Order: sequence, then C-alpha cells, then structure tokens
Amino acid sequence: MDMFLEVGLSHYLTLAALIFTIGVFGMFLNRKNVIVILMSIELMLLAVNINFVAFSSYLNDLAGQVFTMFILTVAAAEAAIGLAILVVFFRNKGSIAVDEISSLKG
Amino acid sequence: MMDDFNLIPLVPEIFIAFVAMGLLIVGVFHGNSSARVVSWASVLGCVIAIILLLGLSWSPQTALNNFFVFDKFSGFMKLILLIGVISSLALSVRYIIQEGMERFEYPVLILFASLGMMFMLSANNFLALYMGLELQSLSLYVLAAFHRHSRKAAEAGIKYFLLGALSSGMLLFGISLIYGFTGSIDFDVVGSALTGLEALPLGLIIGLVFVLAGLVFKISAAPFHMWTPDVYQGAPTSTTAFFAIAPKVAAMGLLIRLLMEPFGALSEQWVQILYFVSVLSMVVGSFAAIVQEDIKRLLAYSSIGNMGYALIGLVAGGPQGVSAVVLYLLIYMISTAGVFAVVLSMRRQGLSATKISDLSGLSKTAPGLAYAMFILMFSISGIPPLAGFFGKLLIFNAAVAEGYYVLATFGLLTSVVAAFYYLRIVKVMFFDDVQDPLDAEVPFARRFILAVVLCFVIGFVFKPMPFIHMADNAVSPFFAGQVVVTEQAE
Repeated sequence: MDMFLEVGLSHYLTLAALIFTIGVFGMFLNRKNVIVILMSIELMLLAVNINFVAFSSYLNDLAGQVFTMFILTVAAAEAAIGLAILVVFFRNKGSIAVDEISSLKG
Repeated sequence: MMDDFNLIPLVPEIFIAFVAMGLLIVGVFHGNSSARVVSWASVLGCVIAIILLLGLSWSPQTALNNFFVFDKFSGFMKLILLIGVISSLALSVRYIIQEGMERFEYPVLILFASLGMMFMLSANNFLALYMGLELQSLSLYVLAAFHRHSRKAAEAGIKYFLLGALSSGMLLFGISLIYGFTGSIDFDVVGSALTGLEALPLGLIIGLVFVLAGLVFKISAAPFHMWTPDVYQGAPTSTTAFFAIAPKVAAMGLLIRLLMEPFGALSEQWVQILYFVSVLSMVVGSFAAIVQEDIKRLLAYSSIGNMGYALIGLVAGGPQGVSAVVLYLLIYMISTAGVFAVVLSMRRQGLSATKISDLSGLSKTAPGLAYAMFILMFSISGIPPLAGFFGKLLIFNAAVAEGYYVLATFGLLTSVVAAFYYLRIVKVMFFDDVQDPLDAEVPFARRFILAVVLCFVIGFVFKPMPFIHMADNAVSPFFAGQVVVTEQAE
C-alpha cells in the first residue's frame, strides 16, 4: 500500500508526460480557436516545468529550478507576442478560427 | 567567483545589444521617418561587431561561469552570421520603404534576432542555448508578421509562431529529461556524464530525440519542414531573405556544437536520426519544389533540400565531414543572398511580383539580372565550376570516405531532380516570351551585393583552398588531437 501512497519522482514524471501529451494533442486536434492552441502551448511549457522541478528536487541541484524561472519568464513573453500576432491576424481576417489559417498552400 | 567575471569574449554581443537598444531609442524619438537611418546604422553596427570579433583572441575561452564559450568554431560561425545579417539588412532597406512598412523596429528586431543567434553559437549550457534560441525566435515571429496590413503576412506570422512554440516546447521537454538523467545542464558535465555510460537509460534517448526534433525544426529539415513554404511565401520578401540567410547558419552551428560536444558519446544514436532526416529533406526539397509556381515557395523547398545536403556531412562526421558542413553553409548563405537580391528586385508597376512566370523574358528586359540569376541557379544546382559544386563535392566526398554510399547516392540523385527546377527558372528567363516586363530598377546596395556574390561564386574555383582551410580551422576545436584529413589531400 505504501508504494501507492508515497509520491516519488516517477509520479511527477508521469504527470508531466501526461500534461505534455495533452498539450500536444490539444494543438493538433483542436479545430476551433487559436486561443485554445495558445493554452495548449502553455500547458506544454508547464509540463516541462514540473519535470525540471521534480528532477531538481530529486537531484538536490538548484539548476533545474533556475531553469524553471527562466521558462516562466520566456513563456510570458511568448504569450504576449503570440497574442499580438493574433490581433494582427484578427484585424486582417475578422476571425481567429483555426480553419481560417489556410490561404497559404501548395 | 569574481575572477571568472571575464566579459572580453562577449564584447561583440554586448556591442550589438547596446547598438540595438540605442537605435530603439533613436527610433522612438524620431519616428518611422528614421527607418532608413536606423537600418544603415545597424549595418554599421554589425561591421564594427565584426571588427571587434576579429580583434578577440580565438583560442578557446569560457565566460559567465561556463555558460558562454568562445573558440575558433563560434568565432568563424559568428563571422559568417554577421556577414549574412549585413547583407540581408542592406537588401531590405529599399524593400521596406517600397512596401510601405517603413518602421524603425524592423532593423532593430533583426539586430535582436542576430544577438540571439550569436548566443546560440556560443552557448555552452542548455539554459544559454534556450535563451539564445528564444531571443532569436521571438524576434523572428514578429518579423514574419511585420507587414501588418497583409493577410498573408499575418497568416505566416501566426503559423510560424504556433509551430515555433511547439518546437520550443519539444526542445525543452528533451532538455528536462537530459537534465534529469545526467544531473546537469552544462555541456561539459553532460558530455562527461554520457561518456562512461554502459547502458543508456530510455529517458536519455527520448530526451535526445526531443532535443533533435526541436532543433531540426529550426533548420527547417523534413519531417519538421511544414512551416517553411508557408512562412517563406507569406512573410515580406525582405524577411524571407533574412530567414533564408541567417537563422540556418546559427541553428546549424548550434546543432554541430551540441552533437560534437555533449552528445558526442551518443553518436551511434543521433546518426540514425540525422540519416533519416537528411534523406527525407533531400527528397521533399527536390520533389515538392517541382510543382511550385511562387518563387519564394520554391526557394523554401530549395532551403529544405540544402539542409538535407548539409546534414549528410554531419552524419559522415569526423573533421572532414563537419568542415564540409561549415563550408557548405557559407556557400549556401552567400548564394542565397544573391538570389534574394534578384527576387527583391522583381517588381511590376511598384508592386512586388513573386510568380516564377513573372520572370519570363527577363533576359531581354533586364539582361544583367537575368545573367546573374542564371549563374546563381547553376551554382545552387551544383554545376561545375561554380561554388555550389564544390560545396556538394566536399559533402559527398566526406560521405563516401566514411562509407555512406547510399546517402551519397541519394544526394546525387536528388541534386539531379533539383537541377530540373533551378534550370526551369533559367528556361523561363531566357526562352519564354516577355508578357509584362518587370521594372528593371535595382538599387545600389543590391547591385553591390549581387556583384560581390557573383565574384565569390565564380571566383571560388580559382582560390578554394583558403576557404577550405578556414572551415577546417573552424572545426578544429572539436577534433583537438586528431589529424585534419584535408591537409593530405592538397
């Protein structure tokens, strides 16, 4: 019973892998809204953060937590730029549906 | 730790950062009318950065607690990179004015992207790698969507952003696994942790695959190439020129350092992945380009194919293979700058024209441009005695020397297929009837760049050895203690 109650490294890694997979699938299966894709990207980055913090605690090494702070900062900048590009897109097309991103093909 | 606080190797980067921020302030005070001045000032800034770079001691040294490494390899790659940045800035000044997107942020963003690329080339730590890569990517996302009133540019921007963010996520997931299984994010420590391993943990292999997937995306090799044609076509042509010239050099340089230093011990694993990526890129790059009508899209597929050829050298490995990759990148970058000087000049009644059929009869309306494009197309398709031929020759030579006969054969066959679409452009220019002549106006900066590029492409055959030696010298830090093979081949 103890084995299931004690939360160890492998549980965190499994959780992170699951969240990462949900993020990737959210990106490809979603056919409606670009905002949902931005949320999926955020989910992927958070999964990576869980990985880093779990390893950092397991290895007793601070580098992983420092890395996490950097990822959080970059993710904020990335979201800002993504939303700015999305606004430009909306002004041109009048919609942010994923199906609208299809005029370039070939 | 204060004695480690040596900022001398970072001087070119610090200088570029100050120039970029200073020009941002200048732009804010003087508005968009300063775009032209800011552009030429950034060219000047890059020239001074090159001088600073050449003034540094190129012996291996690290800074910032081993985050940053400066050696012959990063020095040489930064030199190529800065030359590429200068040429793409000089090419784009007139274009951004003509297209009505004359904003001072454009050159500033190019400078910030270049700063990120310089950090990528000098990264000696996964954190430094990630920060450099993101500084580059975030600037490039904005540059792709820079033409705010164009639907295509907005779409290109959003596509590039979404897929770029996905690739960053994969890269990070890979880095987190490598950190967990080796206990460090420092390249040197990761390298030594991997050297003594008896059995490789599965997590490590997964991490390696994710990191490679993220980086292969950045060099736009198949199967992670799907963004390239759309972004090349949709983005403003000056941005496309920058995309084709600079980030390839930086990402390939980063990949070389990563595979030679920390992942050197895992070469059996990554060679298989890169083998597959290389074959697929060559096939996609040559066959998918045949049906293209838009010249920017065609050049996108051409860049995918060219990255496939460059990866052959990396698969072959050894001093010969890696130095062939460096030389190939140099030749590719220079000829691409020339091609884009022509493509940027394709305008009709003040609007940019990008169809291949728009070139028809160019030999009659603008013979200078047509002959320049003719030489460049022959060079890129690898016809002797032009520079592109030697790039491919050295790559295939390295592959054959290491026994990768199948890969070299694939390379040869796909070059033949690729030659078809390069020569189709020549055919359209020389044998098709003039339908609607293009404006034959080519500004001085483009003429100058075209002249330099043509001198290099034609003159390479007379003096190839200095360039080959430079490339050998650049990769020597990875093979310290090994004899450089090309010395004997002379």
